[in-house]
Amino acid sequence: MIKKLMSKLMDKFLTGIFKRKKKIRLGLYGPPNGGKTTLANKICEDWLGKGNAMGTVSAIEHETREVTVKEQIIVKSKDNKKEIEFTLADTPGIATRIDYEDFMKKGMKAKEAKKRAKEATKGVIDAIKWLDEMDCVIVVLDSTKDPYSQVNITIIGNLAARDIPVLVVANKIDMKKANVKKIENAFPQYSVVPISAKKGKNIEKFYESLFEVAD
Amino acid sequence: MIHVLTIEFIPYFEIERLDSSARIDRLLKVVKQNKIVLLEGRLKKTEESDLIAKTMSMIDEHFKGIELAVVDPDKAESRRFIERLRKEVVSLLLGDRQGFTIIGPANIVKEIKKDPNKIQLLTEEVREKFPHKKKQGSSKKKKRR
Repeated sequence: MIKKLMSKLMDKFLTGIFKRKKKIRLGLYGPPNGGKTTLANKICEDWLGKGNAMGTVSAIEHETREVTVKEQIIVKSKDNKKEIEFTLADTPGIATRIDYEDFMKKGMKAKEAKKRAKEATKGVIDAIKWLDEMDCVIVVLDSTKDPYSQVNITIIGNLAARDIPVLVVANKIDMKKANVKKIENAFPQYSVVPISAKKGKNIEKFYESLFEVAD
Repeated sequence: MIHVLTIEFIPYFEIERLDSSARIDRLLKVVKQNKIVLLEGRLKKTEESDLIAKTMSMIDEHFKGIELAVVDPDKAESRRFIERLRKEVVSLLLGDRQGFTIIGPANIVKEIKKDPNKIQLLTEEVREKFPHKKKQGSSKKKKRR
């Protein structure tokens, strides 16, 4: 116990002398179509350069059906004094229902829709399994939708139960129907950062908040 | 046409002594019979995510998943110290027995909307019973309860 504490103190002292650099496993979680992959792509392009997108985005739900991981994303603070190395995990949207007929309504053929539904269910299970692997989580919510859904409450409650630091992102603020206040009211114990991952709006504030939560 | 909507009440003592996996199985067994579960109390947060994971593993052409809502009186904020203290004591004594949980099969319950004073279950017709109607575009009927 004392040995562990000493080692931790030493570690802190040394990283303080040189440069603060941490390695954090950062997960993007949330309901489907909240903009997790759009944000993951933005982070990768900002810190790894153009052409480093993590995944494809789509208006049809459950486009991301596997946990995708990108390593060695080094994010620097505004003053350049601190940096954190992230392993970023983009996870499939968590849902309580998946109906292949919903995909058919969006123009998919039955076979393709059933395959997508099957993969999506597996994706949700994997996303839940990966919760334990995370050091820090960004919960990405669509600010045009009702934040009081049980899926959102369950995700955030789970993270709290596991003592994992959380940053809530109110995405899609470029949309007319966006209501950030509603998300702030729903989760008053968390910092909520309003952004548009698609347009890059308020992204600097997002990185600042990420530093505060992950550091 | 009359459609029957069955709500099965499960008192907390029925699941109290079960482990997490058995609790989830007990609840999903009822939901898969196309009934809506009204559970006294609530599951633990980790059990809620396990419930979602188990539900996902059961999804097929007939079972589309669940709709879930937890009504937790604990969450109602109060500024008065005495009120907060009273809630803490009640929470300590009752634990997960407080509040209630609604779980419905997704093919019947389209959405559960929570409001501070009411809960709305938006339901739809059981598709399996009338597949021909659905194909003809007769669409779903929404009922507010």
